[in-house]
Order: sequence, then structure tokens, then C-alpha cells
Amino acid sequence: METVSGGNQENQPQNPQGVSDAEKWGSLITGGAMVLMGLSQRSLRGALMAMAGGAMAYHGATADKSLTDKVADATGLGKGIKVEKTVTIINKTPEELYEFWHNFENLPTFMKHLKSVTVTSPTRSHWVTSAPFGTEVEWDAEIVADQPNKLIAWASVEGSQVDNSGFVRFQPGPPGRGTEVKVVMEYNPPGGVVGAAIAKLFGEEAEQQIGDELRRFKMLMEAGEIATTEGQPSGRK
Amino acid sequence: MRAVCWHGPLDVRVDNVPDPKILNPRDAIIKITSTAICGSDLHFYDGYIPSMMPGDIVGHEFMGEIVEVGPAVKNLKIGDRVIIPFPISCGNCFFCRKEQWSLCDNSNHQAHLIEPLYGTSPAALFGYSHFFGGYAGGQAEYARVPFADVGPFKVPDHLSDDQVLFLTDVLATGYMGAENCNIQPGDTVAVWGCGAVGLFAIKSAILLGAERVIAIDRFPERLEKAAMMGAHEIINYEEIDPGEALKEMTGGRGPDACIDAVGMEAHGIGPEGVYDKVKQAVRMETDRPYVLRQAIVACRKGGTVSLPGVYGGFVDKIPIGAAMNKGLTFKMGQTHVHKYLPTLLSHIENGDIDPTIVISHHLPLDDAPRGYEIFKHKRENCTKIVLKP
Repeated sequence: METVSGGNQENQPQNPQGVSDAEKWGSLITGGAMVLMGLSQRSLRGALMAMAGGAMAYHGATADKSLTDKVADATGLGKGIKVEKTVTIINKTPEELYEFWHNFENLPTFMKHLKSVTVTSPTRSHWVTSAPFGTEVEWDAEIVADQPNKLIAWASVEGSQVDNSGFVRFQPGPPGRGTEVKVVMEYNPPGGVVGAAIAKLFGEEAEQQIGDELRRFKMLMEAGEIATTEGQPSGRK
Repeated sequence: MRAVCWHGPLDVRVDNVPDPKILNPRDAIIKITSTAICGSDLHFYDGYIPSMMPGDIVGHEFMGEIVEVGPAVKNLKIGDRVIIPFPISCGNCFFCRKEQWSLCDNSNHQAHLIEPLYGTSPAALFGYSHFFGGYAGGQAEYARVPFADVGPFKVPDHLSDDQVLFLTDVLATGYMGAENCNIQPGDTVAVWGCGAVGLFAIKSAILLGAERVIAIDRFPERLEKAAMMGAHEIINYEEIDPGEALKEMTGGRGPDACIDAVGMEAHGIGPEGVYDKVKQAVRMETDRPYVLRQAIVACRKGGTVSLPGVYGGFVDKIPIGAAMNKGLTFKMGQTHVHKYLPTLLSHIENGDIDPTIVISHHLPLDDAPRGYEIFKHKRENCTKIVLKP
């Protein structure tokens, strides 16, 4: 088995702790009572799959370490890189923000490392990012949960170069405070040269990178453009 | 074009750099006609502002003529004469909508640099380090102005550059420093520091109804200007202790409001002044809060301490017990410049305020290095330098 996902986990023994984690995640994500758990659980993907796939997928969340995790352990790379970040956007409703984000082809406008996202079917999309040393990394992602105007969750499909999953949630803030947009993401960088490149891409400053991307999303939505100084003059030699 | 670039502490140079370009749809380019050196520019000149990079174009008090506008800027046209508020504000975010322009959410695209220190980032500022966005400043022949449909403020032709230039910062900053004092009839206001901000704070406190304004500095020429601005009394703190003097001057009560128009490089006398200078020099505190301490102790019970003077990071030995037990109110912040422009412009037009009083020098842009030097050391009775590109 290659990755933790709903489809190939049915033979896994059930782990009561894991189930409760998955249930916790499921209720956290769907419920809206949102004290997120700081991603202490092993697998966000498992929880997302559990939400999407029902009972069978619960096994996904309970699986033993995936192969990618094992490789990561062996190479000393970080296991999973888990990030959660939130911004508030004042002048857009959850509906408007959900709609913009749901068209994944919009994402490269504010996600700096993304070269392109191509929607290939109602639930699938193809992602290309630039990686260090002039390389590119590609994968296919699948929408695993979709609650109109509230939440979109996705996961890379089996065999992707980079195993990643996440969700974005749109929720009204207190009166007059706009819409709170939370992104939770997890990456499992593989080993080897590609792994090192991906780790650099996603890993070293993952928290800052997701934070910056959300900040650019907010700028684009609120101010209509993304603030920049790139290309301004200076006296640097 | 020619531009004043920071290359390190005590090292600003006038370099040849490329002209600025429109980078975003809401940008404009202005040809600068007047630009000033601000007291807070001395903080990076002296090396106390972190995250400056060699080659950064500095300057945040400037005005000029629109020469190019981006496609999204509909309210300005080429040839308009404008002043540029020093905070960069998007006009659309929660804070801009509340007229808290210097707290704009969207202008600092390098907010991650300052977030570990401040929690969240205030607005970006022109020419004032990468913590505050790393935007090229206005001590140059031309400048790019982001969110130009919001920031630039048109000024009438019958007013000279010298009359309107300080609306971009020091005049608005002095005014907000006084407004933050919530001045009531009969109030006495003490103002530490008679640089441009202090002088405008004095004038503003009077306009806002203060009964009495007491100015504190150590340079006779500055105290003279304070008197010209209308200060009722002056204290030279090298001659008398302001704390005791203020108490005696106010019937034992202390001033109703105290304005610290000095900020992070306050000069103290005696052991306490030495203490701060040494701690700052060895980077054990980033700022010298000598004036702030004095203002807290001097202020009357239930009074207000207002801080228009710039602080950057951490300070030491703040008498928080005095502040708490005396029930003081603290008001501070980078200036919400945009908010004050119409009011202040009409004060200038009515002749209530003559901003030109603060100017001591007009220099060509190429003389900026000398300007910084004389301003830092207060040579040639320097109070304010206007550079002409």
C-alpha cells in the first residue's frame, strides 16, 4: 500500500484511538465548533477521508504509518509538515470567498509557488509548482469534501510526487468582522533528491508560506491587488 | 534618477538609481517637488531601526506632481499637485474603514518579518525598513505611490510646498498627539521635545483648547520656536528638573496630559540617562524611554500620556506601578494621517497654523548626507530640513 487513503485500507485492523481521532476531526471540520487540535493527530488525510468516505474510510485514519512516512523517517526528513493559519477578510461573504477558491485555477494568482492548477473533472485537478533548482513538481488532487459556502477539502491522489491534503473553511466572524478563512494543510515529503527539493519548497518555512499565501488572498479580495515592491528601484549594487 | 539611499549607520548617499515604475493597477508615480528629513529618519541613520538593507531609498515626507497613474486610479490625473501621507493604506480593510489608516492590514506584504515581534503588522511606511514593507521612499526625484486612489491628497495651488509638506507627517503627527490627550477646558499639557512634532503638538494643543502648554527641550533655539508656536512656558531640562518644575507649575497636581514627542532616542541626564544609553548601545533594550518614564511620573492622577514619538521595540524600567496606581490613560500609534488632512488644511488656509516656522534649512537633494549630519547633531540651529530634488 502506498499511501493512507480510503480506498485500500479496508484490511487494516481498527484502532479505537484512531477512530476517535477521526471522529474528532470529522466533527471539528464539519461541526464548526472550532477549537482545532493543533494537528496533533497523525493524519489529516485520514480524517478528511473519514469525512468523505464514511465507515470504510475510517480505517484510513487508523492505518499504521504509510510508506511515505516510513521513508521520511528513514531519511530523517520531517514526517508530516502540518500547518494551520487563519485570516479575516472584511468585505466579502463566505459565499463569495468559497466561490473564488472553489475554482482552483484562481489559486496561482495568490499562491506564489504554484505555476498552474488545471481542473480536469468536477472533483479532480492537476497541480504544478515550481521547485528549487528550476524543477517542477506535479500532482493530481481530489476534492474529498465540499460543503458549499463553508468548506473545501482536498487530498493528492495515490502515487503523487508529494502527498498532501488540506481544507479551507469559510466562516462568518462576529458582526461587522467579516469572514474568517482558515487553511489547514499537511504535507508528507518523500525522500531522495525530489524529497529534499519538496521539503525545501514546502517545509522550511511552511508556516510562513501558508501565512503569506493567505495574506495575499486577503489583499486580493480586500484591496483588489497584491501589495508588492518587486521591481522598485534601489541603490543596491 | 537621484535618490537618497541608506548604506549603513551614519552612511546615507545620493545614488543614481532606476526610475520607479507602475507595479500594480492602483499605483501612481509622482515627480517630487519637496521632501523633508524627519526626526524618525535619524533612528535608522543612527542604526536603531532593524531590517534596513543597504541601498534602500529612504524618506517618508514628500509631495509633488502626478506624472503617471495605474489603470485603477480614477481620481487623479497627470499634473495634479499632491501630498503623500507617510503610512501606506489600502482604504478597504477593517482598519482603513475605521480611519485607523496607520494600521492598514494590506499594505505590508512583508508582514511576516514583524509579526514575531508585534503579533500583527501595522501599515507599511514609505522608506522605513523592511519590517514596514520595504517600500522605496520619497527622498528622491520620483516615487511610486501604492494605493494612489486613497493616499495622495490634492492641495490648492495658492499654498506653497513649505506650507503643505508637513501635512504628510509631522504636522498630522503633532496634531494626533494632542488630540489623543482628550483636552478639556482648563487643561495644562506638557510637551517633551520641541522638534517639528513637538512644535506642532504645542500648536495643536492650543487649537484644541488647552489652557496652558509647557514645552520641554534642551536647545534654546527649539525652545524659542516653541514660544513662537504659542507655548506658555518653557523648561530647559538641562537647567531644571522637569518633574519637580511641572508639579510646582501646576499647583502640585501635575499636567493633565503629557506628550512624549521624543521617542526612542531620548536624551537623559544623570545616571538614568547613562543607563539607557549603555543598555541601548549594547542592545539590551532597543529604545531609550527616559522621557516616557518622566512623563508617567509627572502626569497628574487620571491624566493622559500621549506618545507621538516613535518607539520600535522593547524598553526597560517603565514605572508601570505609577501608571496603574495613578489611573493613567495611554494613547499612541503611528499617525492616521489621511484622517486629519482636511481639518489641518483648513487650519493652514485660515492662518491658524504656520507650518513654515519649523523649517531651518532648504537644501538640494544632493546635500542630503550633510543634512542628516547637521540634523543629528543639531548644528546650525537645525530644526527641520526640506530637500529640493
